Amino acid sequence: MNTISETRSKSLLYLEDVSVSFDGFKAINSLSLVVEPGELRAIIGPNGAGKTTMMDIITGKTRPDTGKVIFEDVIDLTKKDEADIAQLGIGRKFQKPTVFESHTVWDNLELALNRSRGVFATLFYTLTAEDKARIEEIIVTIRLTQRKNELAANLSHGQKQWLEIGMLLAQEPKLLLVDEPVAGMTDAETAETAVLLREIAKSRSVVVVEHDMGFIRDLGVKVTCLAEGSVLAEGSIDFVSNDPKVIENYLGR
Amino acid sequence: MITGFILRALEGKIIVAVGILLAVALIVPALNLLTPPDSALHIPTYVMALMGKYLCYALLALALDLVWGYCGILSLGHGAFFALGGYAMGMYLMRQIGSRGVYGNPDLPDFMVFLNWKELPWFWYGFDMFPFAMAMVLVVPGLLAFVFGWFAFRSRVNGVYLSIITQAMTYALMLAFFRNDMGFGGNNGLTDFKDILGFQVQAGGTRAVLFALSAIMLALCLIVASAITRSKFGKVLVGVRDAESRVRFLGFRVENIKLFTFVVSAMFAGIAGALFVPQVGIINPGEFAPANSIEVVVWTAVGGRGTLIGPIIGAILVNAGKSFFTGAFPEFWLFALGGLFIAVTLFLPKGIVGTIQHGWNAHKARQAAAETEKGRDAATPPMTQQAQAAE
Repeated sequence: MNTISETRSKSLLYLEDVSVSFDGFKAINSLSLVVEPGELRAIIGPNGAGKTTMMDIITGKTRPDTGKVIFEDVIDLTKKDEADIAQLGIGRKFQKPTVFESHTVWDNLELALNRSRGVFATLFYTLTAEDKARIEEIIVTIRLTQRKNELAANLSHGQKQWLEIGMLLAQEPKLLLVDEPVAGMTDAETAETAVLLREIAKSRSVVVVEHDMGFIRDLGVKVTCLAEGSVLAEGSIDFVSNDPKVIENYLGR
Repeated sequence: MITGFILRALEGKIIVAVGILLAVALIVPALNLLTPPDSALHIPTYVMALMGKYLCYALLALALDLVWGYCGILSLGHGAFFALGGYAMGMYLMRQIGSRGVYGNPDLPDFMVFLNWKELPWFWYGFDMFPFAMAMVLVVPGLLAFVFGWFAFRSRVNGVYLSIITQAMTYALMLAFFRNDMGFGGNNGLTDFKDILGFQVQAGGTRAVLFALSAIMLALCLIVASAITRSKFGKVLVGVRDAESRVRFLGFRVENIKLFTFVVSAMFAGIAGALFVPQVGIINPGEFAPANSIEVVVWTAVGGRGTLIGPIIGAILVNAGKSFFTGAFPEFWLFALGGLFIAVTLFLPKGIVGTIQHGWNAHKARQAAAETEKGRDAATPPMTQQAQAAE
């Protein structure tokens, strides 16, 4: 068995014994999780299992009561705030698609682009040819070429989800946290999203929280099942979905 | 870099508005000074003074639009920054009185002699120098906004809570300035001004210059505001308004973005106050009254927030209405103002300019759609002809 320090040294994200409670309710209960560089990981679990809270902890929105959250082996994420963590290279997609509705698709991506984000840097920013090419490239990846000059408010639900994923790509994160990307999507859009995420995971780690088992099967990756704030089972989708505890806590219900 | 920043500001509407303001800055004083009083074109001095006042209010509304319309911070205390700018100017004007006051004391303003003070308080030092006083017009409101914003935005005070504490801020300042021992003239405020940079404040020429300056400063601030809102920073600002957490998770420091905007806006308000005081001839703690700040919100909403031009139009229209109403039916003005706010909220939520802009964009979109439709129709026959020709 690997020692902890060995696991840590090859990990991109390392959570050990993390707990957090809100008004006495233990949302996360000594949770441990390791995400390796380049890994695509799916996380499932019943409502209230702590999936979103876990993302809140990783992205600095919530501080854990105890436990370690280490990024790239050395960086202690519990000491940083959202902006710091985003700049370190952790991107997050919300459950509800959150894009800038009064901006065009193009402007949404321009804002997300991984460039200096200070007040004066943005005041005097001018679009370079390089940035332009990068935005064009992302627009093709997220399949929004036809609509790049339209306001984000006019996109369909699925297209907003893709735009948000595109914004995360523009951020050039090392780790992407994606919360229920296919909620409310049509079957065709869901399948397309699975392709998109696999494409993205080629060059970075992606953690996907999802309820849609068909979608997770499509992804074909390692699955972690959470329940009541800790890990219930981890492994391939077949292994996890045959686990009696998982069936009892989640699938069987 | 800077030129690019400024050039970006000069979009169609802004050029027109700046052009109109500069024309007003020339024409109104000219008609006031150069035409005989019985001429049809003559603009009486009191009308020019009134218009100058409106321009200052317009600048104040523009300042509010920057934080409210673009960044979503509903400040109900912008009157405080306006009044502080006004007080900085008032203090300079008080020091210019010198020994011409009622008590003839060369070192102390009248109210201090009256209070039996023996020497000038430290915070009045330097206000006899025009450049220092003008710097304070920017520094004092800017500093207050910085300190206030530093704490408020860092602890993520948002929405209605922020509005309430801005309101409390201006109310607290009003109470403080009402006190005689604050050293700002108590409830009488500062008045009885004699001259500014050696020119008589009441003289026709001085009034004309002050009016022109108000229009020019409004034009300048409009250009700066437009440059800010049309830059990438401006887009981030709208992002903060619409989806703050998204901006945060993209790696921007939302608190710094808000702080910068709030400080710039407070400085605009300070400039407006400083131009207001010599034209009106008095500044007193009444300017800090919470109701004043709320009126600014009404002007901005009526004109259309988030449009820059709208608040200017709103401030001028509502204040012109106020001048008319308070003259014709004094008791009905407050009802009219309240009714106006309700009507705008219900029927013109985007304000006057916002509604026009929206209608215009919709019209253009329809036209563009019709255009592509036509283009398709026009394009189809030749293609089939080509195909036939190829056969």
